[in-house]
Amino acid sequence: MALYSEKVMDHFRNPRNVGVIEDADGVGEVGNAVCGDIMKIYLKIEDGIVSDVKFETFGCGSAIASSSMATELIKGKPLSEVLQLTNKAVTEALDGLPAHKIHCSVLAEEAIRAAVKDYYDRQGIAYDPKAFPDCGSCEGCHG
Amino acid sequence: MIYADNAATTKMSGAAINAITACMQDTWGNPSSLYSLGQRAKETLEDARERIAACIGASPKEITFTSGGSEADNQAIRSAALLGARKGKRHIISTAFEHHAVLHTLKGLEGEGFEVELLPVGALGTVTAQQVSEAIREDTALVTIMYANNEIGSVLPVSEIGAVCRERRVIFHTDAVQAAGHLPIDVMAQNIDLLSLSAHKFHGPKGVGALYARQGVPLTNLIEGGAQERGKRAGTENVPAIVGMAAALEESCSHMAENAAKVSALRDKLIAGLSRIPHSALNGDPVNRLPGNVNFCFEGIEGESLLLLLDDRGICVSSGSACTSGSLDPSHVLLSIGRPHEVAHGSLRLSLCEENTETDVDAILKAVPEIVNYLRNMSPLWKDKVSGKRAFVL
Repeated sequence: MALYSEKVMDHFRNPRNVGVIEDADGVGEVGNAVCGDIMKIYLKIEDGIVSDVKFETFGCGSAIASSSMATELIKGKPLSEVLQLTNKAVTEALDGLPAHKIHCSVLAEEAIRAAVKDYYDRQGIAYDPKAFPDCGSCEGCHG
Repeated sequence: MIYADNAATTKMSGAAINAITACMQDTWGNPSSLYSLGQRAKETLEDARERIAACIGASPKEITFTSGGSEADNQAIRSAALLGARKGKRHIISTAFEHHAVLHTLKGLEGEGFEVELLPVGALGTVTAQQVSEAIREDTALVTIMYANNEIGSVLPVSEIGAVCRERRVIFHTDAVQAAGHLPIDVMAQNIDLLSLSAHKFHGPKGVGALYARQGVPLTNLIEGGAQERGKRAGTENVPAIVGMAAALEESCSHMAENAAKVSALRDKLIAGLSRIPHSALNGDPVNRLPGNVNFCFEGIEGESLLLLLDDRGICVSSGSACTSGSLDPSHVLLSIGRPHEVAHGSLRLSLCEENTETDVDAILKAVPEIVNYLRNMSPLWKDKVSGKRAFVL
Protein backbone atom coordinates (compact mmCIF):
# COMPACT_ATOMS: atom_id res chain seq x y z
CA MET A 1 0.00 0.00 0.00
CA ALA A 2 1.21 3.45 -0.84
CA LEU A 3 2.09 5.90 1.89
CA TYR A 4 -0.77 8.21 0.89
CA SER A 5 -4.10 7.85 -0.88
CA GLU A 6 -4.43 8.96 -4.50
CA LYS A 7 -6.49 11.93 -3.26
CA VAL A 8 -3.70 13.07 -0.96
CA MET A 9 -1.12 12.72 -3.71
CA ASP A 10 -3.34 14.62 -6.14
CA HIS A 11 -3.75 17.54 -3.74
CA PHE A 12 -0.05 17.40 -2.86
CA ARG A 13 1.10 17.35 -6.48
CA ASN A 14 -1.48 19.87 -7.70
CA PRO A 15 -2.40 21.92 -4.67
CA ARG A 16 -5.48 24.11 -5.13
CA ASN A 17 -5.54 27.74 -3.99
CA VAL A 18 -1.83 28.17 -3.27
CA GLY A 19 -0.76 31.76 -2.79
CA VAL A 20 -1.44 35.02 -1.02
CA ILE A 21 -4.42 37.38 -0.98
CA GLU A 22 -2.82 40.79 -0.59
CA ASP A 23 -6.03 42.50 0.58
CA ALA A 24 -7.28 39.56 2.64
CA ASP A 25 -10.07 40.18 5.13
CA GLY A 26 -8.73 37.56 7.51
CA VAL A 27 -5.39 35.77 7.86
CA GLY A 28 -4.65 32.81 10.12
CA GLU A 29 -1.30 31.17 10.77
CA VAL A 30 -0.80 28.08 12.94
CA GLY A 31 1.93 25.57 13.67
CA ASN A 32 5.59 26.28 14.17
CA ALA A 33 8.94 25.70 12.56
CA VAL A 34 10.22 23.43 15.33
CA CYS A 35 7.44 20.91 14.70
CA GLY A 36 8.07 21.15 10.98
CA ASP A 37 4.73 22.49 9.79
CA ILE A 38 3.24 25.96 9.45
CA MET A 39 -0.02 26.77 7.66
CA LYS A 40 -1.22 30.20 6.68
CA ILE A 41 -4.73 30.81 5.35
CA TYR A 42 -5.93 33.99 3.63
CA LEU A 43 -9.68 34.68 3.40
CA LYS A 44 -11.65 37.12 1.29
CA ILE A 45 -15.15 37.52 2.76
CA GLU A 46 -18.11 39.00 0.90
CA ASP A 47 -21.56 39.13 2.53
CA GLY A 48 -20.47 36.56 5.11
CA ILE A 49 -19.34 34.16 2.40
CA VAL A 50 -15.77 33.01 1.61
CA SER A 51 -15.41 34.50 -1.85
CA ASP A 52 -11.75 33.60 -2.13
CA VAL A 53 -9.22 31.61 -0.14
CA LYS A 54 -5.49 31.00 -0.52
CA PHE A 55 -2.92 29.12 1.53
CA GLU A 56 0.80 28.86 2.12
CA THR A 57 2.23 25.82 3.86
CA PHE A 58 5.61 24.74 5.15
CA GLY A 59 5.29 21.04 5.78
CA CYS A 60 5.15 17.49 4.55
CA GLY A 61 3.04 16.03 1.77
CA SER A 62 -0.02 15.53 3.92
CA ALA A 63 0.25 19.07 5.35
CA ILE A 64 0.18 20.54 1.85
CA ALA A 65 -2.64 18.21 0.78
CA SER A 66 -4.67 18.99 3.94
CA SER A 67 -4.33 22.73 3.34
CA SER A 68 -5.35 22.35 -0.27
CA MET A 69 -8.39 20.19 0.55
CA ALA A 70 -9.47 22.46 3.41
CA THR A 71 -9.45 25.51 1.15
CA GLU A 72 -11.55 23.64 -1.40
CA LEU A 73 -14.05 22.64 1.29
CA ILE A 74 -14.65 26.23 2.47
CA LYS A 75 -14.57 28.11 -0.81
CA GLY A 76 -17.93 29.76 -1.48
CA LYS A 77 -19.30 28.72 1.92
CA PRO A 78 -20.88 31.01 4.53
CA LEU A 79 -18.76 31.54 7.65
CA SER A 80 -21.26 29.64 9.77
CA GLU A 81 -20.52 26.56 7.68
CA VAL A 82 -16.79 27.29 7.53
CA LEU A 83 -16.63 27.16 11.30
CA GLN A 84 -18.25 23.71 11.21
CA LEU A 85 -15.33 22.31 9.23
CA THR A 86 -13.57 19.61 11.24
CA ASN A 87 -10.25 17.91 10.74
CA LYS A 88 -12.24 14.71 10.34
CA ALA A 89 -14.02 16.16 7.31
CA VAL A 90 -10.66 17.14 5.79
CA THR A 91 -9.26 13.68 6.43
CA GLU A 92 -12.31 11.97 4.98
CA ALA A 93 -12.27 14.17 1.89
CA LEU A 94 -8.66 13.05 1.38
CA ASP A 95 -9.69 9.37 1.63
CA GLY A 96 -7.81 9.13 4.90
CA LEU A 97 -4.39 10.00 6.28
CA PRO A 98 -1.84 7.77 8.04
CA ALA A 99 -2.35 7.84 11.83
CA HIS A 100 0.78 9.91 12.49
CA LYS A 101 -0.36 12.49 9.92
CA ILE A 102 -3.78 13.26 11.39
CA HIS A 103 -2.29 16.35 13.04
CA CYS A 104 -1.88 17.85 9.56
CA SER A 105 -5.66 17.90 9.17
CA VAL A 106 -6.01 19.38 12.66
CA LEU A 107 -3.63 22.13 11.62
CA ALA A 108 -5.76 22.87 8.55
CA GLU A 109 -8.92 23.16 10.64
CA GLU A 110 -7.15 25.43 13.12
CA ALA A 111 -5.61 27.64 10.43
CA ILE A 112 -9.07 28.28 8.99
CA ARG A 113 -10.54 29.06 12.41
CA ALA A 114 -7.64 31.41 13.10
CA ALA A 115 -8.32 33.22 9.82
CA VAL A 116 -12.03 33.59 10.64
CA LYS A 117 -11.16 34.86 14.11
CA ASP A 118 -8.84 37.42 12.55
CA TYR A 119 -11.69 38.52 10.27
CA TYR A 120 -14.05 38.90 13.26
CA ASP A 121 -11.39 40.86 15.16
CA ARG A 122 -10.82 43.22 12.25
CA GLN A 123 -14.55 43.74 11.74
CA GLY A 124 -15.27 44.09 15.44
CA ILE A 125 -17.71 41.20 15.25
CA ALA A 126 -18.41 39.64 18.64
CA TYR A 127 -17.73 35.92 19.08
CA ASP A 128 -17.31 33.32 21.78
CA PRO A 129 -13.53 33.10 22.46
CA LYS A 130 -13.97 29.49 23.57
CA ALA A 131 -14.82 28.60 19.98
CA PHE A 132 -11.30 29.64 18.96
CA PRO A 133 -8.75 27.81 21.11
CA ASP A 134 -5.20 29.10 20.93
CA CYS A 135 -2.88 27.03 18.78
CA GLY A 136 0.20 28.55 20.36
CA SER A 137 1.58 25.21 21.48
CA CYS A 138 1.91 21.97 19.64
CA GLU A 139 0.30 19.99 22.41
CA GLY A 140 -3.02 19.77 20.64
CA CYS A 141 -1.45 17.74 17.89
CA HIS A 142 1.76 16.41 19.37
CA GLY A 143 0.78 16.00 23.00
CA MET B 1 14.65 5.66 -12.27
CA ILE B 2 17.62 7.21 -10.51
CA TYR B 3 18.45 5.33 -7.35
CA ALA B 4 20.30 7.62 -4.95
CA ASP B 5 19.54 5.93 -1.64
CA ASN B 6 22.34 3.38 -1.41
CA ALA B 7 22.82 4.08 2.29
CA ALA B 8 19.31 2.67 2.82
CA THR B 9 19.95 -0.40 0.73
CA THR B 10 21.70 -1.38 -2.47
CA LYS B 11 20.64 -3.34 -5.51
CA MET B 12 21.99 -6.87 -5.35
CA SER B 13 24.95 -7.49 -7.61
CA GLY B 14 24.89 -10.10 -10.37
CA ALA B 15 27.65 -11.95 -8.56
CA ALA B 16 25.56 -12.13 -5.39
CA ILE B 17 22.41 -13.26 -7.23
CA ASN B 18 24.34 -15.95 -9.10
CA ALA B 19 25.99 -17.21 -5.94
CA ILE B 20 22.66 -17.31 -4.11
CA THR B 21 20.78 -19.14 -6.85
CA ALA B 22 23.62 -21.64 -7.31
CA CYS B 23 23.60 -22.32 -3.59
CA MET B 24 19.82 -22.71 -3.51
CA GLN B 25 20.00 -25.24 -6.33
CA ASP B 26 23.12 -27.19 -5.44
CA THR B 27 24.10 -26.81 -1.80
CA TRP B 28 20.75 -26.43 -0.10
CA GLY B 29 21.42 -29.01 2.60
CA ASN B 30 21.58 -28.19 6.29
CA PRO B 31 25.22 -27.51 7.13
CA SER B 32 24.73 -29.30 10.45
CA SER B 33 23.72 -32.56 8.69
CA LEU B 34 26.32 -35.27 8.55
CA TYR B 35 25.59 -36.79 5.13
CA SER B 36 27.42 -35.45 2.11
CA LEU B 37 24.68 -33.03 0.98
CA GLY B 38 24.86 -31.36 4.40
CA GLN B 39 28.62 -31.39 4.44
CA ARG B 40 28.74 -29.77 1.03
CA ALA B 41 26.57 -26.98 2.45
CA LYS B 42 28.96 -26.80 5.40
CA GLU B 43 31.91 -26.44 3.03
CA THR B 44 30.10 -23.71 1.14
CA LEU B 45 29.37 -21.91 4.41
CA GLU B 46 32.94 -22.16 5.64
CA ASP B 47 34.28 -21.03 2.28
CA ALA B 48 32.08 -17.93 2.55
CA ARG B 49 33.33 -17.33 6.09
CA GLU B 50 36.95 -17.48 4.92
CA ARG B 51 36.34 -15.07 2.07
CA ILE B 52 34.50 -12.57 4.27
CA ALA B 53 37.21 -12.79 6.94
CA ALA B 54 39.87 -12.16 4.31
CA CYS B 55 38.11 -8.95 3.20
CA ILE B 56 38.55 -7.38 6.65
CA GLY B 57 41.84 -8.94 7.73
CA ALA B 58 40.24 -11.36 10.19
CA SER B 59 40.56 -15.09 10.60
CA PRO B 60 37.51 -17.21 9.73
CA LYS B 61 36.80 -18.35 13.28
CA GLU B 62 36.41 -14.72 14.28
CA ILE B 63 33.34 -14.32 12.03
CA THR B 64 29.82 -15.04 13.33
CA PHE B 65 26.94 -14.76 10.90
CA THR B 66 23.90 -12.81 12.03
CA SER B 67 20.60 -11.60 10.62
CA GLY B 68 22.17 -8.25 9.80
CA GLY B 69 23.89 -5.18 11.16
CA SER B 70 21.40 -4.55 13.95
CA GLU B 71 21.79 -8.01 15.43
CA ALA B 72 25.57 -7.76 15.15
CA ASP B 73 25.51 -4.39 16.98
CA ASN B 74 23.22 -5.76 19.69
CA GLN B 75 25.36 -8.85 20.23
CA ALA B 76 28.68 -7.01 20.17
CA ILE B 77 27.56 -4.43 22.74
CA ARG B 78 25.78 -6.88 25.03
CA SER B 79 28.78 -9.24 24.95
CA ALA B 80 31.26 -6.52 25.84
CA ALA B 81 28.96 -5.13 28.53
CA LEU B 82 28.64 -8.54 30.18
CA LEU B 83 32.42 -9.07 30.08
CA GLY B 84 32.91 -5.67 31.69
CA ALA B 85 30.25 -6.21 34.33
CA ARG B 86 32.00 -9.41 35.43
CA LYS B 87 35.03 -7.25 36.27
CA GLY B 88 32.93 -4.52 37.84
CA LYS B 89 33.23 -2.28 34.77
CA ARG B 90 29.98 -0.61 33.88
CA HIS B 91 30.98 2.49 31.92
CA ILE B 92 30.40 2.56 28.16
CA ILE B 93 31.60 5.25 25.75
CA SER B 94 29.83 5.94 22.47
CA THR B 95 28.76 8.92 20.36
CA ALA B 96 25.58 10.92 20.10
CA PHE B 97 25.02 10.03 16.44
CA GLU B 98 25.27 6.25 16.38
CA HIS B 99 22.69 4.13 14.62
CA HIS B 100 19.64 3.28 16.73
CA ALA B 101 20.77 -0.37 16.82
CA VAL B 102 23.60 0.90 19.01
CA LEU B 103 21.82 3.73 20.85
CA HIS B 104 18.76 1.69 21.78
CA THR B 105 20.92 -1.21 22.99
CA LEU B 106 22.85 1.26 25.14
CA LYS B 107 19.58 2.68 26.45
CA GLY B 108 18.61 -0.81 27.53
CA LEU B 109 21.94 -1.28 29.30
CA GLU B 110 21.46 2.02 31.11
CA GLY B 111 18.31 0.53 32.58
CA GLU B 112 20.41 -2.41 33.72
CA GLY B 113 22.84 -0.27 35.69
CA PHE B 114 25.41 0.70 33.07
CA GLU B 115 26.59 4.27 32.70
CA VAL B 116 26.61 5.38 29.07
CA GLU B 117 28.63 8.40 28.00
CA LEU B 118 27.78 9.75 24.54
CA LEU B 119 30.59 11.89 23.18
CA PRO B 120 29.50 15.08 21.39
CA VAL B 121 30.27 14.98 17.67
CA GLY B 122 30.68 18.71 17.02
CA ALA B 123 29.48 20.69 14.03
CA LEU B 124 31.30 18.48 11.53
CA GLY B 125 29.96 15.27 12.98
CA THR B 126 33.03 13.41 14.17
CA VAL B 127 34.97 12.59 17.34
CA THR B 128 38.71 12.55 17.95
CA ALA B 129 40.82 9.82 19.51
CA GLN B 130 41.73 12.38 22.16
CA GLN B 131 38.07 12.76 23.14
CA VAL B 132 37.90 9.00 23.53
CA SER B 133 41.14 8.89 25.48
CA GLU B 134 39.92 11.57 27.88
CA ALA B 135 36.63 9.76 28.41
CA ILE B 136 38.16 6.34 29.20
CA ARG B 137 38.07 5.48 32.91
CA GLU B 138 39.21 2.59 35.05
CA ASP B 139 35.73 1.14 34.84
CA THR B 140 35.20 1.57 31.08
CA ALA B 141 33.92 -1.70 29.68
CA LEU B 142 33.50 -0.72 26.03
CA VAL B 143 34.03 1.97 23.45
CA THR B 144 31.51 1.65 20.61
CA ILE B 145 31.95 4.18 17.81
CA MET B 146 30.75 3.87 14.25
CA TYR B 147 33.17 3.65 11.34
CA ALA B 148 31.13 6.02 9.18
CA ASN B 149 27.83 7.77 9.82
CA ASN B 150 24.85 6.47 7.84
CA GLU B 151 23.12 9.83 7.49
CA ILE B 152 25.77 12.50 7.08
CA GLY B 153 28.61 10.33 5.79
CA SER B 154 31.36 11.41 8.20
CA VAL B 155 34.17 8.85 8.37
CA LEU B 156 35.54 8.63 11.89
CA PRO B 157 39.22 8.17 12.89
CA VAL B 158 38.70 4.50 13.70
CA SER B 159 42.39 3.53 13.51
CA GLU B 160 43.36 6.23 16.01
CA ILE B 161 40.48 5.33 18.31
CA GLY B 162 41.42 1.66 18.03
CA ALA B 163 45.01 2.44 19.02
CA VAL B 164 43.85 4.41 22.08
CA CYS B 165 41.51 1.62 23.16
CA ARG B 166 44.15 -1.07 22.75
CA GLU B 167 46.68 0.93 24.72
CA ARG B 168 44.16 1.47 27.51
CA ARG B 169 42.96 -2.14 27.33
CA VAL B 170 39.35 -1.27 26.59
CA ILE B 171 37.26 -3.30 24.14
CA PHE B 172 36.54 -1.38 20.94
CA HIS B 173 33.47 -2.10 18.81
CA THR B 174 32.77 -0.34 15.55
CA ASP B 175 29.53 -0.39 13.59
CA ALA B 176 31.02 -0.61 10.10
CA VAL B 177 27.72 -1.14 8.30
CA GLN B 178 28.22 1.91 6.05
CA ALA B 179 31.95 1.35 5.61
CA ALA B 180 32.27 -2.34 4.70
CA GLY B 181 32.85 -2.77 0.99
CA HIS B 182 33.37 0.99 0.56
CA LEU B 183 36.38 1.80 2.76
CA PRO B 184 39.41 -0.35 3.59
CA ILE B 185 39.01 -2.34 6.82
CA ASP B 186 41.83 -4.20 8.54
CA VAL B 187 40.71 -5.28 11.98
CA MET B 188 44.25 -6.25 13.04
CA ALA B 189 46.00 -3.08 11.95
CA GLN B 190 43.12 -0.91 13.20
CA ASN B 191 42.94 -2.60 16.62
CA ILE B 192 39.26 -3.40 16.27
CA ASP B 193 37.92 -5.97 18.74
CA LEU B 194 34.33 -6.16 17.50
CA LEU B 195 32.90 -5.07 14.15
CA SER B 196 29.42 -5.23 12.63
CA LEU B 197 28.60 -5.42 8.96
CA SER B 198 25.47 -5.84 6.87
CA ALA B 199 25.35 -7.45 3.42
CA HIS B 200 22.67 -5.30 1.80
CA LYS B 201 24.77 -2.14 2.10
CA PHE B 202 27.32 -3.50 -0.38
CA HIS B 203 25.08 -5.14 -3.01
CA GLY B 204 24.45 -8.30 -1.01
CA PRO B 205 21.10 -9.66 0.19
CA LYS B 206 19.01 -8.28 3.05
CA GLY B 207 18.61 -10.13 6.33
CA VAL B 208 22.21 -11.23 6.67
CA GLY B 209 25.25 -9.71 8.30
CA ALA B 210 28.30 -10.63 10.28
CA LEU B 211 29.91 -9.89 13.60
CA TYR B 212 33.67 -10.01 13.80
CA ALA B 213 34.89 -10.73 17.32
CA ARG B 214 38.63 -10.83 17.88
CA GLN B 215 39.87 -14.11 19.25
CA GLY B 216 39.74 -13.82 23.03
CA VAL B 217 36.62 -11.66 23.07
CA PRO B 218 33.88 -14.13 23.99
CA LEU B 219 30.39 -13.52 22.65
CA THR B 220 27.17 -13.78 24.60
CA ASN B 221 24.20 -15.33 22.82
CA LEU B 222 21.21 -13.27 21.88
CA ILE B 223 19.55 -16.31 20.33
CA GLU B 224 19.69 -19.61 22.18
CA GLY B 225 19.22 -22.99 20.58
CA GLY B 226 21.43 -25.28 18.56
CA ALA B 227 25.21 -25.24 18.33
CA GLN B 228 25.48 -23.32 15.06
CA GLU B 229 28.16 -20.62 14.81
CA ARG B 230 30.28 -22.30 17.50
CA GLY B 231 27.30 -22.10 19.82
CA LYS B 232 27.20 -18.31 19.71
CA ARG B 233 24.24 -17.81 17.40
CA ALA B 234 21.63 -20.53 17.23
CA GLY B 235 19.53 -21.22 14.15
CA THR B 236 20.31 -22.95 10.87
CA GLU B 237 22.59 -20.66 8.90
CA ASN B 238 21.06 -18.87 5.91
CA VAL B 239 23.69 -20.36 3.65
CA PRO B 240 22.45 -18.86 0.34
CA ALA B 241 22.35 -15.34 1.82
CA ILE B 242 25.76 -15.82 3.44
CA VAL B 243 27.23 -16.97 0.13
CA GLY B 244 25.63 -13.94 -1.54
CA MET B 245 27.19 -11.70 1.10
CA ALA B 246 30.62 -13.21 0.48
CA ALA B 247 30.32 -12.74 -3.29
CA ALA B 248 29.15 -9.14 -2.88
CA LEU B 249 31.81 -8.19 -0.35
CA GLU B 250 34.61 -9.73 -2.41
CA GLU B 251 33.45 -7.88 -5.48
CA SER B 252 33.12 -4.57 -3.63
CA CYS B 253 36.52 -4.94 -1.99
CA SER B 254 38.27 -5.91 -5.21
CA HIS B 255 36.95 -2.76 -6.93
CA MET B 256 37.08 -0.52 -3.90
CA ALA B 257 39.63 2.03 -5.12
CA GLU B 258 38.15 2.50 -8.57
CA ASN B 259 34.59 2.64 -7.21
CA ALA B 260 35.57 5.17 -4.57
CA ALA B 261 37.29 7.37 -7.16
CA LYS B 262 34.30 7.29 -9.49
CA VAL B 263 31.64 7.73 -6.82
CA SER B 264 33.43 10.48 -4.91
CA ALA B 265 33.81 12.48 -8.14
CA LEU B 266 30.03 12.27 -8.65
CA ARG B 267 29.51 13.14 -4.98
CA ASP B 268 31.72 16.20 -5.23
CA LYS B 269 29.88 17.40 -8.32
CA LEU B 270 26.58 17.05 -6.47
CA ILE B 271 27.90 18.86 -3.41
CA ALA B 272 29.24 21.70 -5.53
CA GLY B 273 25.96 22.00 -7.44
CA LEU B 274 23.66 21.85 -4.43
CA SER B 275 25.83 24.35 -2.54
CA ARG B 276 24.69 26.94 -5.06
CA ILE B 277 21.17 26.81 -3.63
CA PRO B 278 20.93 29.84 -1.32
CA HIS B 279 20.53 29.16 2.39
CA SER B 280 21.59 25.55 2.15
CA ALA B 281 24.35 23.73 3.99
CA LEU B 282 26.25 20.48 3.65
CA ASN B 283 25.95 18.19 6.66
CA GLY B 284 28.85 16.06 7.81
CA ASP B 285 32.60 16.13 7.44
CA PRO B 286 33.44 17.59 4.01
CA VAL B 287 36.86 15.89 3.89
CA ASN B 288 36.60 12.60 5.76
CA ARG B 289 33.46 11.49 4.02
CA LEU B 290 31.93 8.33 2.58
CA PRO B 291 32.50 8.28 -1.19
CA GLY B 292 28.77 8.24 -1.99
CA ASN B 293 27.24 10.46 0.71
CA VAL B 294 25.67 13.87 0.07
CA ASN B 295 23.54 15.37 2.83
CA PHE B 296 22.11 18.88 2.74
CA CYS B 297 19.74 21.04 4.74
CA PHE B 298 17.62 23.52 2.80
CA GLU B 299 16.12 26.29 4.84
CA GLY B 300 12.38 26.99 4.71
CA ILE B 301 11.18 23.65 3.36
CA GLU B 302 10.26 20.25 4.74
CA GLY B 303 12.12 17.15 3.62
CA GLU B 304 9.25 14.76 2.99
CA SER B 305 7.70 17.08 0.42
CA LEU B 306 11.03 17.31 -1.36
CA LEU B 307 11.43 13.53 -1.24
CA LEU B 308 7.95 12.91 -2.68
CA LEU B 309 8.39 15.41 -5.51
CA LEU B 310 11.77 13.89 -6.38
CA ASP B 311 10.07 10.48 -6.41
CA ASP B 312 7.60 11.88 -8.95
CA ARG B 313 10.64 12.54 -11.16
CA GLY B 314 11.92 9.01 -10.58
CA ILE B 315 14.64 10.02 -8.12
CA CYS B 316 14.89 7.94 -4.93
CA VAL B 317 16.35 9.77 -1.92
CA SER B 318 15.82 10.01 1.82
CA SER B 319 15.37 12.76 4.38
CA GLY B 320 15.92 13.21 8.09
CA SER B 321 12.70 15.16 8.65
CA ALA B 322 10.35 14.11 11.43
CA CYS B 323 7.73 13.14 8.86
CA THR B 324 10.05 10.62 7.28
CA SER B 325 11.44 9.32 10.57
CA GLY B 326 7.97 8.38 11.79
CA SER B 327 8.59 10.29 15.02
CA LEU B 328 7.93 13.86 16.07
CA ASP B 329 11.56 14.86 16.09
CA PRO B 330 13.84 15.16 13.11
CA SER B 331 16.94 12.99 12.82
CA HIS B 332 19.00 12.68 16.01
CA VAL B 333 22.09 12.81 13.80
CA LEU B 334 21.24 16.28 12.44
CA LEU B 335 20.37 17.50 15.92
CA SER B 336 23.68 16.08 17.22
CA ILE B 337 25.69 18.29 14.84
CA GLY B 338 23.77 21.32 16.06
CA ARG B 339 21.21 21.80 13.30
CA PRO B 340 18.10 23.43 14.80
CA HIS B 341 14.84 21.51 14.44
CA GLU B 342 13.42 23.77 11.73
CA VAL B 343 16.47 23.24 9.52
CA ALA B 344 16.78 19.54 10.30
CA HIS B 345 13.24 19.09 8.98
CA GLY B 346 14.50 20.26 5.58
CA SER B 347 17.21 17.69 5.02
CA LEU B 348 17.99 15.59 1.98
CA ARG B 349 20.30 12.60 1.79
CA LEU B 350 21.59 11.32 -1.52
CA SER B 351 23.77 8.23 -1.39
CA LEU B 352 25.40 7.13 -4.60
CA CYS B 353 27.05 3.94 -5.77
CA GLU B 354 29.26 2.96 -8.69
CA GLU B 355 26.23 2.38 -10.90
CA ASN B 356 25.24 6.05 -10.77
CA THR B 357 26.30 8.21 -13.71
CA GLU B 358 27.02 11.82 -14.61
CA THR B 359 23.59 11.87 -16.25
CA ASP B 360 22.03 10.94 -12.90
CA VAL B 361 23.91 13.74 -11.19
CA ASP B 362 22.85 16.25 -13.84
CA ALA B 363 19.21 15.21 -13.47
CA ILE B 364 19.41 15.55 -9.68
CA LEU B 365 21.08 18.93 -9.99
CA LYS B 366 18.25 20.08 -12.25
CA ALA B 367 15.43 18.66 -10.12
CA VAL B 368 16.49 19.59 -6.58
CA PRO B 369 16.86 23.37 -7.05
CA GLU B 370 13.56 23.52 -8.98
CA ILE B 371 11.66 21.65 -6.28
CA VAL B 372 13.32 23.54 -3.43
CA ASN B 373 12.33 26.77 -5.15
CA TYR B 374 8.77 25.56 -5.72
CA LEU B 375 8.35 24.51 -2.09
CA ARG B 376 9.91 27.72 -0.81
CA ASN B 377 7.44 29.71 -2.87
CA MET B 378 4.54 28.15 -0.96
CA SER B 379 6.28 28.21 2.43
CA PRO B 380 5.19 30.93 4.89
CA LEU B 381 8.36 30.19 6.86
CA TRP B 382 10.53 30.99 3.84
CA LYS B 383 8.52 34.15 3.09
CA ASP B 384 9.04 35.36 6.67
CA LYS B 385 12.77 34.86 6.30
CA VAL B 386 12.93 36.68 2.99
CA SER B 387 10.91 39.59 4.40
CA GLY B 388 13.15 39.75 7.47
CA LYS B 389 10.38 38.81 9.89
CA ARG B 390 12.40 35.76 10.91
CA ALA B 391 16.16 35.31 10.79
CA PHE B 392 17.89 32.96 8.40
CA VAL B 393 19.62 30.09 10.13
CA LEU B 394 21.82 28.96 7.25
